[in-house]
Amino acid sequence: MRRSISAAEAAAMIPDGARLMIAGFVAVGSPERIIDALVARGARDLTVIANDTARPGLGIGKLVEAGCVARAIVSHIGTNPVTQKKMLAGELEVELVPQGTLAERVRAGGAGLGGVLTPTGLGTLAAEGKQVIEVEGRPYLLETPLRADFALLHAQEADHEFNLTYRLTATNFNPLMAMAAECVIAEAVETVPVGVIPPDAVRTPGLLVDHLLERAH
Amino acid sequence: MDAREMIARRAALELRDRTLVNLGIGLPTLVARFVPHGLRVAFQSENGILGFGARPPEGMEDPNLTDAGGGFISAEPGAASFDSAMSFALIRGGHLDMTVLGGLQVDAAGRLANWMVPGQLVPGMGGAMDLVTGARRVIVAMQHAARGESKIVPRLSLPPTSERRVSLVITDLAVIQPTPEGLLLRERAPGIPVMAIIAATAAPLIIPGEVPEMPLDGPARAAA
Repeated sequence: MRRSISAAEAAAMIPDGARLMIAGFVAVGSPERIIDALVARGARDLTVIANDTARPGLGIGKLVEAGCVARAIVSHIGTNPVTQKKMLAGELEVELVPQGTLAERVRAGGAGLGGVLTPTGLGTLAAEGKQVIEVEGRPYLLETPLRADFALLHAQEADHEFNLTYRLTATNFNPLMAMAAECVIAEAVETVPVGVIPPDAVRTPGLLVDHLLERAH
Repeated sequence: MDAREMIARRAALELRDRTLVNLGIGLPTLVARFVPHGLRVAFQSENGILGFGARPPEGMEDPNLTDAGGGFISAEPGAASFDSAMSFALIRGGHLDMTVLGGLQVDAAGRLANWMVPGQLVPGMGGAMDLVTGARRVIVAMQHAARGESKIVPRLSLPPTSERRVSLVITDLAVIQPTPEGLLLRERAPGIPVMAIIAATAAPLIIPGEVPEMPLDGPARAAA
């Protein structure tokens, strides 16, 4: 049986300046306990790849408020006025990526692909500095893969081999980010014995998960 | 009936049976209240569900079941959830029949700007660029003017969301169809004369011989 770690141990593994993928959509499906531990550790200079920066006091919003984040690669910051303020003040660098493109760049990073071709963003600010490639007479933007040092996940169930399931719209970027980082750390709502999750229901195989947080007390 | 409800009711008449539809945040969300009786429409939320339903009663919310704005939703029979790559494959891959989105500007070429005002408002594009690029039909539901200025302009002054020509623009004054030749005035709001629409629109309009009033009820029926 594999051993779990505490949230503080997880946060201690993540050095300042690390590049993180953090799952979640306005904090739904975000690993709040790992985030809290990073804030408590006083992490600095993090690059965060995520869908959004949630809201103040919630999910990635807590990292932004605590000054842990130097750079964010996200699709949306409209729900977090603190992110917008820090961006305008030059305290936080924000790279905006169309949401579907972000998902595919993370997927490409985890799938060993050299990038994806998408029509999304053609003729817009999202196309700046990017190569346009024509395929069968139609133009596409070349979008490059994204990878990270750590992926921080939120699962519904984890079994003792760290096989993971996700629930409803808390799924979002979790299974994609599980593939695209050197070290994958997950927290789960429930921890269950091996066999409780049938093979067909496993969304992220435990072999891909490096560390699991101990159950919440 | 206020202007927002009128726009939502007219947009709801664009819904078709057994289709997959994505509604943007704000005014477009109201469209779900006016689904014509008897139609089965599956609404998608880009954070990873199709077939979602209204917010459950207080105390019955599931923290793992929300819409793209983070609000609680429910799931209709037949609903399916999926990850973000699948969600945008549906949007980009031609599986999404229609999207209804808000707008800041639409220009004479039918291009939409709805994701930023440089120097003032930079929320990010979220899923908007994928939706406008990929949905089979793109309906823009917005007020005709903001602070007295027409939002339908000869050429966008705001950054475009996509190069794609949108399918239909529904405002509190008119229904306008962007065509390769320009903006075609299709319908006028009840009691609004064509001349008033021309006067309130900064972009040139193509005016056909007859411009009927926009239907608002027809087969439609307001749900709860």
